[in-house]
Amino acid sequence: MPAPAVLMGAVAYDPKVVTIWEGFRAWLRGRGLDFDFVLYSHYERQVEDLVAGRIDAAWNSPLAWLRAERLAAATGGAVSALTMRDTDRDLTSVVVVRADSPVRRVEDLAGMTVAVGAVDSPQATLIPLGYLAAAGVEVGIRRFDVGVGLHGDHIGGERDAARALVAKEVDAACMIDANHLAFVQEGTLPSEGTRIVAQTAPYDHCNMTIREPASAGVKLFGELLRGMSYADPQVRPLLDLEGLTAWEEGRTIGYHALASAVDAVGFYAADGRVTAEDYQP
Amino acid sequence: MSTAPAADVEVQLGALGFGRGAYLLVQRALAGLPPGGRVAVSGRDPALRVHLPAWCRSRGHRVEWPDPADRTDLVAVIVRGSADDERWFGAERAGPALPPALSSRPPSRWGLGARGALLEAGGPEARFDLDERDLVWADVAPKLYAQAAARQWDPETAVPWHDAFTLPADVEAAVVQVMTYLVENEQAALVVPARFVGRIHPHFREVVQLLAVQVADEARHMAVFSRRALLRGTELGTSSAGGRQSLFTLVAESDFALASFLLSVLGEGSFVDLLSFLEQNAPDPVTRRICWLAMQDERRHVVFGMAHLEHQAAVDPSLRDRLRAAIHRRHDALTNTAGLNADVFDALVVLAAGGWNPDDVAAGYDRVQELQNAMDQGRQRRLVRLGFRSDEAAALSALHTRNFM
Repeated sequence: MPAPAVLMGAVAYDPKVVTIWEGFRAWLRGRGLDFDFVLYSHYERQVEDLVAGRIDAAWNSPLAWLRAERLAAATGGAVSALTMRDTDRDLTSVVVVRADSPVRRVEDLAGMTVAVGAVDSPQATLIPLGYLAAAGVEVGIRRFDVGVGLHGDHIGGERDAARALVAKEVDAACMIDANHLAFVQEGTLPSEGTRIVAQTAPYDHCNMTIREPASAGVKLFGELLRGMSYADPQVRPLLDLEGLTAWEEGRTIGYHALASAVDAVGFYAADGRVTAEDYQP
Repeated sequence: MSTAPAADVEVQLGALGFGRGAYLLVQRALAGLPPGGRVAVSGRDPALRVHLPAWCRSRGHRVEWPDPADRTDLVAVIVRGSADDERWFGAERAGPALPPALSSRPPSRWGLGARGALLEAGGPEARFDLDERDLVWADVAPKLYAQAAARQWDPETAVPWHDAFTLPADVEAAVVQVMTYLVENEQAALVVPARFVGRIHPHFREVVQLLAVQVADEARHMAVFSRRALLRGTELGTSSAGGRQSLFTLVAESDFALASFLLSVLGEGSFVDLLSFLEQNAPDPVTRRICWLAMQDERRHVVFGMAHLEHQAAVDPSLRDRLRAAIHRRHDALTNTAGLNADVFDALVVLAAGGWNPDDVAAGYDRVQELQNAMDQGRQRRLVRLGFRSDEAAALSALHTRNFM
């Protein structure tokens, strides 16, 4: 009987993706799973291939998860979240102004210019703009389209937005909570030079998306990922590169804010078609 | 009534934020607790409520929030995760920090980790092929390194470059010829240890340090000998094909013990005698001084070469067979070459003669022959110390290259 097999898609947003998945591949193969991966240059084709059955699993951004869910439903299928990183749970985004800004509350941003990340960044564009819209605050938007198609995995757009804030080109900037800390620590944002005026509710980030019903290979894949230990020196450097200390059960309760934002700006149609006008991955 | 979650330890951050090191205080508090231990963090930095959970998330710690009605500075309670401990699961010390209880064969996984450090498991298998203590170590190495480091000299200030002297043209030419010869020999003496420095397991770091200083010594020798050669003129002397062939056989030896034997015990040992001869017969203060300085360094090189070969010979009775074979092999490789550059030999006679009377030349010639005899006697003594019988030591010494080094 052939070994259970899985072909997984991952988006090559950084050269380290090759290191990570080659390392995981060796580890998974050593535990009886015939695992391989293919790399995509953006998330849209990866999601289409998952739903079309060309790959068995997709290491998806939250936005890609939403599209997979919609595409699958439109064709009578279903997808689920097999696993996610411990670091994919309960993230927040923040809206930041310069420390000397007159803005005190989020409402004060009305009519001002807000810098955001790439058009398809959940954390630096879609979710924080959805938050502002829900608060009834209308703002001008300056977008930093770095790595379009990578769904915000490329940090460049967020960093450019932060720089624009420091350069006084904009009144506020949006970023994920951990990047605000990282930008302060690396000096992109001056220490105590910015003030957080808004923080979104917690949301979830990436997940390992699979088609239902899960094959034996996919089930084994999930078990093996969740069994990876940070104490294992073979995988610890890979976990560090991928930014987690443990794989958790997949959950899909943390995507409401993004789904609302996607609908509000018409990023995807209900059937999963890409409808965002200026989005060309 | 307090609604704060229970905690084992409290940390007060004051106004300090995570962007300016607050995490260090949190980390310190967490370090003293087991997984599941709880640290209550209080502080006034406005970004703390954003940064603290983001930082905890990336390190596998959990955060519990106080009741929103809590009016104190309490920001959150951190529940310590296990990732910090798991990172050090399977960690090991890279041997003892100091000799003498060094590992007899340090594993390649210790690699470039500092000796004695606690090494996280994983990481590269570093290939240092000279990884047996008996092959590279000598107990005197740390002491010799300390001496070597303390006795580094500055070529600019240690040599009386500006002392006034004038030599007859032919005597100056003899000095230039000898300096030319010394430069090319020191060049070989630099390359040989340099090739081994990168092959010795860093666990034996005092040996690596000592060889590194040896390389630096030779670099300095090359500099001062070539500076003396060009002190009064613009051209160096000659370099013979046979001399270079002899040096090439030295540089090509890839076995550490054999290379040390040929270079330090036989070559540099002979060079100590040569430099001593030159110091005594130098016609000017600069030549005298640089030969003396170089001789001090070369003595140290010989001491280490002898020490680690004596150590190795004591534990490996077959070593002498290999040393013997190495001398024969090099002799055979050089059998059809002239060995010492005739210009060098002649220059040594001129320097020892100190004048052009036939009696002076005869005396100079005798002195060079005495030098060669002294070199031979020295080699024999060192061979005997390595365990060769005296008659065999005499025979082997006679096979040593005529190029001295």
